[in-house]
Amino acid sequence: MIASDISPLASRLSSGAHTRAVTDPFHGDLLEVSMGPHHPSTHGVFRMQVTLDGETIVKLKPVFGYLHRNHEKLGESTSYLGSMPYTDRLDYLNSMTNNWAYALAVEQLAGQPVPERAEYLRVILAELTRLLNHTCLAGFLLQDCGCSGTPLMYAFREREKILDLFEALSGSRMMCNFQRFGGCRTDASPEWLAAAKQLTDGYGAFLDEYERLITGNEILMARTQGVGALKPDLAISAGITGPMLRATGVDYDLRKVDGYGFYPRFEFRVPLGDHGDTYDRYMIRVLEMRESIKIIQQAFATLPAGPVMDPKAKLRGFRPKPGEAYGRIEGPRGEIGFYLVSDGTPNPYRYRVRPPSFVNLTLLEDLCLGHTVADAVIILGSIDIVLGEVDR
Amino acid sequence: MLGSGLLSGLAVTAKNLVGSFHDPARLTTVEYPEQQAKLPEAYRNFPFLVSENATDPMGTLRCVACQICEKECPPQCIYIEKSKDKKPDATGKLQLYPAIFDIDTSVCMSCQICVEVCPFEAIKMDQVFAIATTDRFDALLLKREQLAKPNAYYHTIHPTEAAEVDARLATERKAAAEKAAAAAAAKAAAPKPPAPPPAA
Repeated sequence: MIASDISPLASRLSSGAHTRAVTDPFHGDLLEVSMGPHHPSTHGVFRMQVTLDGETIVKLKPVFGYLHRNHEKLGESTSYLGSMPYTDRLDYLNSMTNNWAYALAVEQLAGQPVPERAEYLRVILAELTRLLNHTCLAGFLLQDCGCSGTPLMYAFREREKILDLFEALSGSRMMCNFQRFGGCRTDASPEWLAAAKQLTDGYGAFLDEYERLITGNEILMARTQGVGALKPDLAISAGITGPMLRATGVDYDLRKVDGYGFYPRFEFRVPLGDHGDTYDRYMIRVLEMRESIKIIQQAFATLPAGPVMDPKAKLRGFRPKPGEAYGRIEGPRGEIGFYLVSDGTPNPYRYRVRPPSFVNLTLLEDLCLGHTVADAVIILGSIDIVLGEVDR
Repeated sequence: MLGSGLLSGLAVTAKNLVGSFHDPARLTTVEYPEQQAKLPEAYRNFPFLVSENATDPMGTLRCVACQICEKECPPQCIYIEKSKDKKPDATGKLQLYPAIFDIDTSVCMSCQICVEVCPFEAIKMDQVFAIATTDRFDALLLKREQLAKPNAYYHTIHPTEAAEVDARLATERKAAAEKAAAAAAAKAAAPKPPAPPPAA
């Protein structure tokens, strides 16, 4: 059953559900169109080589690698610490969660404990990152639908407030480089915590406003409902993670499954979708943001005092014992993981990234077949990719 | 009712449009460059070298050319050559100094790792971001003379951090001075060691 799902192209073409009959006297040749790599709808340098029958997509080949910069090989020739700023540049919207995943992998490798306050700060920052990423996605999705301007600007207005918080804490808006092996680089000041708390408390009001703006919008529903529907068994067999998987109704969230960090201490629900279509993928993100707000508020209520850095943690001359470790967290786009092999030297012997956008992107053809070019743009937007992470 | 979602969306935009005329909280942008948003204290872009004295920046650099930052810099944008001779530092101890200290800001990615690994508090992050030039090679390769900035400047851009650094350095220097004084006193109090035998 799964095998037939993986190649819907053949079944769709044979059933003729979405293609015109070949006996059609006006049936012309198939048209190959290269969308990208420099196309605003591809969210970066990404190319979709689509074969069109009229306006319907009968074949789609994702072409990526234009932004490849040898991230994993570079990781083998830099020290463990030296790779940390490079992880910012993987998924450059969510540098805090990338930092955390990498720090988690190295901490597992070296058996490095993390102080309580640092774990709380990590949860707060990761959930702020989730708010930031999902807000961006909601804005860009509407931009992809052709609604240029308003929703994107509303989303970016809120995103900018979170980026200001990141800048005040880490010194940089996007390239935070904030987590270290054994804690966080600096402690959050009381003023910062107050500002972050104020933002989080006000975020629900923004989400209400944003939902009034577009969630019930009939045009959005017509454009997204039933478009790019994904079946749960196909999603599981393809290794899809994150909101895209949960939109299909599969209850799989690493925050619950692994219980890394201090997530088991917080109460939150994992929202699930039903249809797995583009509208569900959008709604899942809005619901996740509301859960994230709850997590951050709980974390602020119980934030302990203390150091944010393990006093025994080493910054320079860091040499973990030979061994291997895989650290993974639930990033905003899905499971982001780092696989490290140490041979006892200051550099990792093997450094590998498990990027969520790259794995989620592999199903693009299955989602787009039978839909129009304009739908492909929305589907790609709802998969939520960042090419820095896809190409590495 | 079909269209009610559209209408509620239009109501939101109308409210924001009207609000932007009288509610200052809705004005989220500033007119750069006439107005400038205040940079947070932690903001960083490129490194600079801290010198103790503004009148003699080259003579009072804290950097002792240990080259740790050069080794740790992930994109390897720092180039250092040690001096052949030694100069007294702030505590009067003879130290090496960087004969050449270059930072290629076209390569630097502002990660702050050089600042974190420096054991001498000698390199810190600057906040000057308007650094566009027409020459992308020499103008972006900053020499020792361009990098050296006085400690007072560090206090103006990162006041909290600079105060902590100064306090830490003061206690370290005081401890070092006390240790040196104690060692000198012990040396004076101890009987003179017998003169070494003349070299054969």
